[in-house]
Amino acid sequence: MSLSVDIRRGLGGFHLQTQFEAPDGVTVLFGRSGSGKTTVVKSIAGLVTPEQGRIAVGGRVLFDRSGGVDVPVHKRRLGYVFQDSRLFPHLSVRDNLAYAARASGRGTRDPGEVGQLLGISHLFDRRTHSLSGGEAQRVAIGRALLSEPDMLLMDEPLASLDGPRKAEILPYLETLRRETGLSILYVTHNMAEVARLATHIVLIDEGRVVRSGVPEEVLTDPDMVRLLGIRDAGAVLSATVAAHPDDGLTELTVSGGRLYLPSVEAPVGTQLRVRILAQDVILARTRPEQISALNVLPVKVLTVRRGEGPGVIVQVQAGQDRLLARITRRSADALNIVEGTDCFAVMKSLAVSQTDIAVGLQSGL
Amino acid sequence: MTDWLGPEEWEAVALSLKVSFWATLLSLPFGLLCALALARGRFLGRDVLNWLVHLPLVLPPVVTGYLLLLSFGRRGPVGSVLHDLFGITLAFQWTGAALAASIMAFPLMVRAMRLAIEAVDPKLEEAAATLGADRFTVFRTVTLPLILPGIIAGAVLAFAKAMGEFGATITFVSNIPGETRTVPSAIYAFLQVPGGESAALRLVVVAVVIAIGALVLSEWLSRRVARRISGT
Repeated sequence: MSLSVDIRRGLGGFHLQTQFEAPDGVTVLFGRSGSGKTTVVKSIAGLVTPEQGRIAVGGRVLFDRSGGVDVPVHKRRLGYVFQDSRLFPHLSVRDNLAYAARASGRGTRDPGEVGQLLGISHLFDRRTHSLSGGEAQRVAIGRALLSEPDMLLMDEPLASLDGPRKAEILPYLETLRRETGLSILYVTHNMAEVARLATHIVLIDEGRVVRSGVPEEVLTDPDMVRLLGIRDAGAVLSATVAAHPDDGLTELTVSGGRLYLPSVEAPVGTQLRVRILAQDVILARTRPEQISALNVLPVKVLTVRRGEGPGVIVQVQAGQDRLLARITRRSADALNIVEGTDCFAVMKSLAVSQTDIAVGLQSGL
Repeated sequence: MTDWLGPEEWEAVALSLKVSFWATLLSLPFGLLCALALARGRFLGRDVLNWLVHLPLVLPPVVTGYLLLLSFGRRGPVGSVLHDLFGITLAFQWTGAALAASIMAFPLMVRAMRLAIEAVDPKLEEAAATLGADRFTVFRTVTLPLILPGIIAGAVLAFAKAMGEFGATITFVSNIPGETRTVPSAIYAFLQVPGGESAALRLVVVAVVIAIGALVLSEWLSRRVARRISGT
């Protein structure tokens, strides 16, 4: 279900003025801490009240200052997954899940099925205090699902977890999106999560939306690099598994050619999304020979963005896709890399880690 | 047991238990409301309410008893209304003793409950609301179970305080055998007559046993509830 937000709120010195439309799918609300993203989500859920504006989910108006509409939290039918799981300590896992169905009065979804989906079936009889952070968060997601919301709001659900726990939950989130078809508004400031989950991105800075669009465009926009973080900047490419050679690699086809990555466990023909960091991409004017890097794509330079420091960000076109490369100003000058230059993008296979590969998620959905 | 205590002494113990039981039971809902208002309420006069609740703790009990007598006595502003409209008389009745005991115990009860309410994470209630629970359901299914240990602790404290109340009781309802002579009043009365020391001592033993019993019971109950709630 689509979401439409247009709100204003002045908090002391901080001014929030946010307007965006989120289509079906997973919309990631991305911004640094303090950018106002949590206030936006809380406004949508009804936990804080904007001073002005309008909020609607799938055409159902939840808040409209001028129209005098302010649906109370418990009637908004929005599932909320908090950063801390907020499970009820006096109830077992099973009863936490049952609570959602009872409180919402819409208990038609089978808790057993949700348990399977999130891999928490074996935890049903446990008390919540004995769960690990990752388990608790999965139970919290299950609880939100069982309230059968029109839309799921997830406010940095992985932020309080360490690296391995994050990696443990991400596949469940992908499955969730695929299996339930539920629209999700996902708040984060973690680029890896953006690349894995987003079908739409809303970039927010100091309470204002600076960019809204599909990941392919937003993530490869050199103007957004500063906001996304120079080290995290990078493109996402749609890819298809072409073959599994027996040397431990997987061959993928992308619109601009062929990529070899460390083994991806997915059958031939599977659609993937691969994140390629700007700093992992090397540019060469001629096709490099006798080089250990396996991935060489012919590209055309679209823009060259010079910053304050010694580096430049080069946006290149590779087939239908766009890539970013972060190289030194010295190299850019020496190779005469300017708009329209034909060159080659070179990437090490091993630079792409498993967490940068999303299975079965087609962007622009 | 009945042989060990004389009929007069037995009467005092039974009366004390009755007075304390009703004093605790009837002040529970008011105590919970006051604790909720003080812990969560944002209203004008919250400080005044806080003062009022705590007043019996700092006033000399005799003063509280005398104020009760003035307002709840047969000719007092509240007492006369109760008498004329409902035929209820509190002064010099065991019910008056229960009222005095509950007012003296009220601050302890409210304090214990208020602490428990303040310890509840409002984020949990927020989460319940996002799941579709209205405010009353949130209170019934989340807040109340979580503060249950505090309610029990408050009730037991109030009961123990009611058992020991003396100053306000004797001022408000006097020391009438069988009607308002609770254990403390009885001990006091026995000590006023020659040869009453042994009876007084027996009641002292009873008072000590009941007090310790109440403490142990409350500890056991709230630990049991806390365990159920935290799941350890």
